[in-house]
Order: sequence, then structure tokens, then C-alpha cells
Amino acid sequence: MRRPAAPDDAVAEVPHAIALELRGITKRFGPLLANDGIDLTLHRGEILAMLGENGAGKTTLMNILFGHYTADAGTVRVADAAGRLVPLPPGRPRAALAAGIGMVHQHFTLAEALSGLDNITLGTEPLWRLRRRTDEARDRLERLMTRAGLAVDLDVPVGSLTVGERQRVEILKALYRDARVLILDEPTAVLTPAESDGLFAVLRALAAQGLAIAFISHKLGEVVAGSDRVAVLRAGRKVAERATAGADRADLAALMVGRAVAPVRRAARAPGPEVLALEGVSVTGPDLRSRLDRADLVVRAGEIVGVAGVAGNGQAALARLLFGLARPAAGTVRLQGRTVNRFDPRDVVRAGIGRIPEDRHHEGAVGAMSVAENVAIEGIRGPFQRFGCLRRRRMAARALDAIEAYGIRCPGPDAPIRLLSGGNMQKVIIARALDGDPALIVAAQPTRGLDVGAVAEIHRRLLDASGRGAGIVLISEDLDEVFALSDRIAVMARARLSAALPADTLDRTRLGLMMAGQAAELGPTPVRERRPA
Amino acid sequence: MQASLDLLFTVAFWGAALRIATPLIFGVAGAVLCERAGVLNLGIEGIMTAGAMTGWLAVHFGAGLWGGVLVAALTGAGLGLLLAGLTVKLGLSQHVSGLAVTLLATSASYFGYRLALPAAASPPRIEPFRPLDLPVLSDLPILGPILFQQTALTLLAIAAILGLGLFLARTPLGLAVRAVGENPAAVEAQGIDVHALRIGAVVAGSALMALGGAFLTLSAFNAFFFEMVAGRGWICIALTVFAGWRPAKALLGAVLFGAFDAFQVRLQQASGGLVPGQVFLMLPYLLSIAALLIGARHASAPKALMRPYIRGER
Amino acid sequence: MIRLEPRGVPSRGLALAVPVAAALAALALAAVPLLLAGAPLGRAYAAMAEGALGSRFALTEVLTRATPLILTGLAAAVAFRARLYNIGAEGQLYVGALAAVAVGAGTLDWPTPLLVPAVLGAGALAGAAMMVGPALARVTLGADEVVTTLLLNFVVLLLVQMMIEGPMKDPMSMGWPQSEPLIDAATLPRLVEKTRLHAGLLVALAAAGLLHGLMARTVAGFAIRAVGEAPAAARFAGLPVGGTLVAVGALSGALAGLAGAGEVAGVKGFLAADLSPGYGYAGIVVAMLAGLSPLGTVAAALFVAAVFVGADSMSRVVNVSSYIANLIVALSLIAVLVAGVLTRYRLRYARRPAAGA
Repeated sequence: MRRPAAPDDAVAEVPHAIALELRGITKRFGPLLANDGIDLTLHRGEILAMLGENGAGKTTLMNILFGHYTADAGTVRVADAAGRLVPLPPGRPRAALAAGIGMVHQHFTLAEALSGLDNITLGTEPLWRLRRRTDEARDRLERLMTRAGLAVDLDVPVGSLTVGERQRVEILKALYRDARVLILDEPTAVLTPAESDGLFAVLRALAAQGLAIAFISHKLGEVVAGSDRVAVLRAGRKVAERATAGADRADLAALMVGRAVAPVRRAARAPGPEVLALEGVSVTGPDLRSRLDRADLVVRAGEIVGVAGVAGNGQAALARLLFGLARPAAGTVRLQGRTVNRFDPRDVVRAGIGRIPEDRHHEGAVGAMSVAENVAIEGIRGPFQRFGCLRRRRMAARALDAIEAYGIRCPGPDAPIRLLSGGNMQKVIIARALDGDPALIVAAQPTRGLDVGAVAEIHRRLLDASGRGAGIVLISEDLDEVFALSDRIAVMARARLSAALPADTLDRTRLGLMMAGQAAELGPTPVRERRPA
Repeated sequence: MQASLDLLFTVAFWGAALRIATPLIFGVAGAVLCERAGVLNLGIEGIMTAGAMTGWLAVHFGAGLWGGVLVAALTGAGLGLLLAGLTVKLGLSQHVSGLAVTLLATSASYFGYRLALPAAASPPRIEPFRPLDLPVLSDLPILGPILFQQTALTLLAIAAILGLGLFLARTPLGLAVRAVGENPAAVEAQGIDVHALRIGAVVAGSALMALGGAFLTLSAFNAFFFEMVAGRGWICIALTVFAGWRPAKALLGAVLFGAFDAFQVRLQQASGGLVPGQVFLMLPYLLSIAALLIGARHASAPKALMRPYIRGER
Repeated sequence: MIRLEPRGVPSRGLALAVPVAAALAALALAAVPLLLAGAPLGRAYAAMAEGALGSRFALTEVLTRATPLILTGLAAAVAFRARLYNIGAEGQLYVGALAAVAVGAGTLDWPTPLLVPAVLGAGALAGAAMMVGPALARVTLGADEVVTTLLLNFVVLLLVQMMIEGPMKDPMSMGWPQSEPLIDAATLPRLVEKTRLHAGLLVALAAAGLLHGLMARTVAGFAIRAVGEAPAAARFAGLPVGGTLVAVGALSGALAGLAGAGEVAGVKGFLAADLSPGYGYAGIVVAMLAGLSPLGTVAAALFVAAVFVGADSMSRVVNVSSYIANLIVALSLIAVLVAGVLTRYRLRYARRPAAGA
């Protein structure tokens, strides 16, 4: 845990010596084989990408490596300071840290009320020391930041930093401990395209200084651009490993998914009458993510409007407004031509909005209640009651319908919904949202964390619904999803919603700049949309 | 009325305020420590009762006053270990587990007292801690009588809560305690054992709480009575919220509370029986509720308070 | 090393076995304090069983004690289902008793069929009013209801003392602080002659049955469960979270208030500061033993009442303090908490990985 600080000569004497070696890693969770005999080698000075879909076993593998889980079989060996490979004791994060493994989790492990300095030095001093040596720590961190090109304010609470800055704190945590191996789990999931480029530049510099780096991703583009070597994981097994230079993207995609990928792409159709209109709508909130600043938006029947943006830029505020959970401080909201005055989830449901929340475990479902109860919950004071008593039979029948129509895999309508997989739980929520053919559907991150099959199914359902004439607001941080489904795309940046432009006039670069809030300098100010006559 | 306000400027009044505040200072220090680590300790009322009983019993059977203090602290630590087992290791509801510990500690204390003294009609008394008489310090004007003519336990309480403040702010372990109350995953990622840290905080915090109980029997009343803790534990929990989980503010809150209680006693004497005594006795509880309601508006509660941490779960 | 692994759905048998095992474990653990007290274990347990179950009178006594425990148990069960931790049942019980005296001690000169419901209704209303405040403070300010209700318990007890030493004091009590007695028309009829068993038991059983129906079959019960399990999801689905919590608070307080009114109108006939030997707190144990199920509350209340009654005779026979009863009740709460872990998790014994360098 504590080694004399010798950062400048820790660079590899032996170029491309092995830094980390995994042999036959196997991990089971009940019936699920999450990792199946995985072998992997990581060298000093290289960047390895671990490519795979959600559920391919990448994160499990990383958690085994870092000691959060214990593998059922297999060994991990790490190079010590002298370059000898020594076995890593399983199941102990502290051992992994001591062996020089640093990990940047997808969900940052930072105490938000504490400063960057506190978060970085936490656990790096003997706990029983009477006084922290913050001055020394600060000096060393200043040097590290200069060397790695990672500047961040060390003295403000981490909660007040941007997501990109927090990620830098996470990387500094590893560097401060003289990590020789750095592992990043989906590091770009929360970054703008420009911030991602910056991150990869930093990783390149660190690798050049001798660090062994592995990152997990399911985005082909950044894997090809940012790595030296790529290992493809599918269904718990390593199915391929090759040098990135010369690897074919389509080939990698097919390996990752296990079959040729046919991208969904909606057919163009003429939009119908307006179903939703926002005019100068503001929502106030304590931070950026819960604020919406004078938003204008029109959604027509049969049209999917994608809302792209970096997490935390006010998408949550827009979603909560349309879910009936937040009320506007200014502006008007019209639904099918009628001005909405009551903002309450119940009224919004009755007005014909189908809603898919961002956090399915927290908001989308009551885990301890049954599938049937979760299907019925939005109508529990409507069609599923008589004189205040529950109509159990009607609830069960409705649930059975949904299970059949959506292919929900579950023990039955009476099973607690927490037993279902993420994809099946999401299908229950979508069955509920689409029940009664709503005129408007608001979907927030509808496929986050789901595997390919479930994603395709959910995309199909949304396209079907728009085909039946529903207007859809698709709020997503996944640009591929936004491009695949949307007729028009708007971008949220710093609580402002851009005009929604036709999807085929936009490309990733343009969208990336808009997401970074730089659209104004780069092109003509988009004209405000006019409603069809 | 003028007379009662003049009272606020007398040395004797503030001496009394600090005396009344002492068990609360111990209790609130313990509560702050537990809650900063993310565990709500509702065992506090029972732990104070148990500390009062065992500390007193030890002295009664000849252990000496400091022996009694040690026994009380160990009792508190043991009960803290039980609570930590339920809430940290098993991840059970902190509300219900805390009440369970209070019920157990209270009934065990009463049973134990009856067991040790089956036939005592009136509670036997012990020779309590004496007010200090320190050279120079006790003779200081104003500060001398208020601070340095108290018993040693009062000074220990003040030292404990100020020490807690320094511990949290300045030491690596204190940083780890603050971090585990905010985000246990951050602590685990830095190689520190979340459960060990929380268990340690609850055990140490409970020992402090028990000292608050011991003050009642070893310094204030010289004997053990049933229901003598009388809600002081719950008042400490309310004060913790009021103080925004900060030790220095908690000390201030406890002393203000003590002052109010001392004032209330004087007011009661001055009212000459026109108002029923119970009205005055209610005031501390009502004040605590008011403090809780005011404090509840702060958003500074440790973020992981009452969230059990089970590895691999989010 | 022992590790916890989440289980799927606990089987019905396990759900029933847990409280029974916990109750037995608590009784067994009571051997420790008994041995410390030097009591012969065999005689002690025999005396306890005899005292609780050995005679017709003992059985009626258990039922009499179970009556308020069912009600305070239900008060805790319904509130805890909504994760509203009402620990103020003791205080709500006493305000219920105060209200019962205020209505039944001669203020109203109604015939029994009207006066008894009025007395009970007044108790329930007073208890409900008592809990609405803490529930509102929780909903609007986020103030922890555990602390407010606990502190209010002390306030209420002082209020009771003030009333029975002052405005409500019985002039015929020869200086004892107790209230004026209820008039005959206001008292609950006896169920069995020459015992203390009164019609309050039927009220408590009816309350348990009604609450069972409410939780299982009505929209209100659905909302209570959803709000307790996942408030954010309940809010998202359009259920009134705050309103449900306040209503649950009122219902819970009403049940506890009813317990107090029942004790005054059924057992004591007047109000004194020793009306309840901690029924409010014991109600929490009852509810937890019952797994928060209204029907289970009846069984759990019978167990706790039997412990109280049995421990009374045991303490006389083997000469130990009757606080042994409170000790057993507290132990059974801890036992049921620990046992409950087993229904949600499977214990897995894993060898500690060989400690490396």
C-alpha cells in the first residue's frame, strides 16, 4: 500500500514486459456463467481494449481483478516492481491496490462531499497516524498532474466538479498510488466526444510512460481509435484477440454480437399533427441536471424526436417535466393542442403520455411487488379497482397478456418483479407505458445496460408505436441509438435545448460540438421551428 | 422577569448549564461519530441506561470511580458491537435494530440491577466524583468556576467532543470515517475495509454514549434509578441533526440546551407553583423536537447514512 | 468466512418458521439471566408455562393482556409497512386514554350502545391526531419520525401526570394521582365473569381482520405497500406518497389510541400513569414477530402476552425480577431480526482465500 514515491524512474526498463496475466478465469452467478475460462495478457506501455456487449462479462472480469469478486477458478498474476510475475491474492481490493492495479469504475467511487485531495489521499497513509500530511500529498499531486496532463482543482468538493474532472480525480487516485496497471470501465460513457478525445490523449501519454492500460467499451469507434490491441468478449468467453491496426470494424462488430448486425433504421414517413409543444418552458432546480432553460420543442404524431446530450445537462429535468414529476416555472406545455395545467404523474398518464423512466429499478418498478401489480400500478385508481377494492383477476389477466405479447420471461404474474432480469423488467415497464396506445411516449435511456437482444426488441416496440401514430421523445446518451431511431434530433447542453434538426442533416461531429455547447460558434443559429399549417 | 434574565449572566447559572449538558455532550459526540460513519445509533437510550447502571454497580462494588467509568465504556462498546453486527454486518434496518438494542439494554440493566441488589428498598448511594480544584485554573475569574470547578467527567466530555472534531478533520482515520459515511464504495476502492471501519465507529461511539449515562450515576445523582436517562438519548439524536453533524456545533447545541434546561428550572422555581411543574418538564422535549425540525432543513446529512453496504451490490 | 447470498422468494414455510424459531430462541436465551440469578431452570420454565397457560384464569389473563398488544402491534405493523417508523404508540395510547376519560367520566350521559363507541372513537381520534404531526413533519421537512415520536412519548406522559394531578384528578382517590373513573355506561362489558377479559378483545380482533382486508384487497393497502417498498416508483406511478404517509400515520395513531381507550374502558376504569407497562414499545416487537402481517399480529400478541403473564408467576415462584419478561421480549425482537436475514439471504460458508503476501 505504501511505497517510497519514485514516480519518475518507475518507467519500464524492459519494454513490453508482461504487467498482468489472467489464466482460465471462471465465475458463475447461480445458473449464469459470467466468465468462462478467460485468458488475457497485458503488457507495459500498451493500451488494450476489451470489447463486448452488455452482459458479455467484461465488468465481472474487472471486478475479479480488483478483488470485488472472487473467481471460481483461474489465476491472476501481476508484475511486481522488479518485473517478476507474482500471484494476486483473490477477493481483496487492498491486495490489488498493493500490487499496483488502479481501477476507474464506470460509476465513480468518490465521496462527493469531500475534496479531490481527500478522495485521492484516502487510505494512502497509515490510518493511525495522528495528522494527515496534506502538504506533501499536494506537492506530489501537482507534479503528477503536470506529468500526465490532468489538471483539476483539488480543494473543492468533488460533487461540484464536472463529470470529466471527476474522472481525472479517479485517474489521479490510481497514479498517486503508483499504479502500474490502469483499468477503466466504460470510461467514455459519460463524456462528450471532445472530452473522450482528451481522455485518450492522456491515456496515450501514460502508456508512453510505461503504464499498462486496459479499458472496457462497447463502442467500436473508440476501440479502434484508442487501443493497440483488442480482446473481444461474448457471453463470458474471449472470442477473439487481435492487434487493433488492421482490424476490420465490421469483423469486430460481428465477433462482439455473434452474428451480422443489421442496424435498425426507420423508414421516413410524413409526420402528423402536433402532439406535444413546449414553448419557452423553464424548470428550476438546484443543479444543472435538474434545470431546463426556456425550451422550445414540437413533436408530431408518428415522429421520433431524439434528445442527445452528455449526462447531467438537463435531460433529467426535461424527462421529469414530461413525466409529471416537475412543474414548469415558466412557459407553456401543450398536449394534443390543449395547454397542460396540472403536472402530476397521474394526470399526465390520464392525458395520454406513456412514460419509460431512466432508472427502472428505482422509479420504474416496485421490486418487492409482483409483475401483475407493477403492470397495473399506473391504473390502480382507474380500471383496476372497484369501490376502492383491487380487481385482482383483471390485473392478472392484463399481466398475462403483457407477458405473452412482449415475451417477458418470468416465473408468472405473481412473481416479485425484482427477480426479473433488467431486460425483462424493462419490457414490463414498456408494456405498461404502451398500454392504451398513448399519443405521446417519453422514453428516457430506454435501453441503458441491456443486452443486444433486449435492445433490439425495445427499439422495435418504439418504432411500432410511432408507426401506429404515437409521437415519441427519446432522451438518450447513446448516440447510436439516437441516430438509429430519430427523425429529428435536438441536443441538450447546459440546460438549453437546441432546435430539433432532421437526423439526416446531422453527423456525429456536428452533434458532438453541439453537445459540448459550442454549436453557436460553429454554424448559423438554427431557425425556430414552425408548426405545420 | 428581569430577575430571571439577570440570571443568564451569573457564573453559577452557566456552571449548572454545563453540568446539565455533560451527558448530552457525551451522547451527541457518540451519535455524531456513528452517523458520520453512516450508522444511525438508536440504541443510544439503552446504551446510556446500561452505562449508568454498570458504571454505578462497579463503583458500588468497590471498583473505584475511574474503574466505574471504564466498565461503563466497555458496556457501551459491547452493545455497540451488537448493534454494528445487526446493522453493518447483516445490513438490517437501522431504525428497528437500534430500538431492539435500546429495549434489550434497558431491560437487561433493570434486571441486572435487581439481580445485584434484590432487596434494596431505597437506591444505595456511592461517593461521586468531586468538583475539581486545580491550581490556578480553578481560581480563574468566570472561567474557573464555570469550567474548572466541574467534575473530571465534564472536562472529559468537552475534551472528547473537541477531540472528535480534530480526529475527523485532521487524521487519516477520521477522513476514512467521513468518507465511509458519504460513499462506502469510495472507501472500499481505496483498500479500506468498510465493515471494519463502520463497526469501529459504532463501537467507539457507543462507548462515548455509555459515558454519558455513567455521568448521571457517578457525578450527578450518585445512585441508579429506573428511567433516569429520561429521553436524553433521543435528545442527543435530535441535537445531532440540529448541529448538522458537526462536533463543535454539537457541543454548542448541547450547552445551549443545558442552559435552557437550567433556565427552565429557575423559571419553575420563580413561577411559585402557578403553572404545573410538568409544563416546564415538557419544555426540553419540545425544544428538542423544534431543534430537529429546524435542523432537518439542512441538507448536510452524511449521504450514506442508514444505507447498509453489501459488497458487490449497488 | 460466512457470506450472504440473496435468495429468491422465501417459501411460505420458512416465513412461518422464522418467528416461531425466534420466539423459541428468545425463551432459550432467557436461561442465561435465569442462571445468573441462580434460578432452577426446570422450575422456572414450568412456572412460566403454568402461569400463562395452566388455568382458565391464566388464559383469560393472557387474552386480556393481548388485547392492547394486538392494537399497538397493528399500529406498528401498518406504519412500518409504509416505512413510517411510528415509535410513538406509547404516547398515542395515553392520549387515547385521556380522551376516553374526557368523554366517558360523566361528560356525556348517553346509554351504553352509544357511549362505548363514543369513548373508543374519542380515543382513536386523539391517537390519530397525535401521529399526524410527526407524519407531516416527515413528509414536509424530512424530520425523522422516530425521534419526534419518541420525544413526544415523554411529553404525553408529563401531560397525563399533569391532568391526573390537576383538572382530571379524582377527588375520591385519597391523594393518589389518578383520574375520575368512567361511568358504568361507558365501560366495556366483560366477556367472562369474574375475570378481567373484556369486549375490547373483539374490537382488537375485528381491527386485525379489517386491516388484513385493507392491506390485501384495497387500493389503499396497495398504495401503502408501494410507498413503503419504493417511494420513488410509487410517486412515478402517480400514487400520492405524502398523503399516503399522513393517512397511515393517522391510522396507526388511531389504533394505538384505541388500545389506550380500551384499557381505560375495559380494564382499569380510570386513568393512572401506570396504565401501560410499555404496550406501545412491545407493539413494535409484536409487529416485527408477525412479519408486519395483520393476522400474524394476533398470534404474536398472544405470545408476548403469555411471556408477560407467565414471567409474572415465574418471578414469584423462583424469585427473580419480573423484568425478565421485558428481557425475553427484547431478545425475541433481536432473534426475529437475525432470523429474518435467513429468509432473504442464504448463508454460504466459504473458505477464506489463502492469505497471500
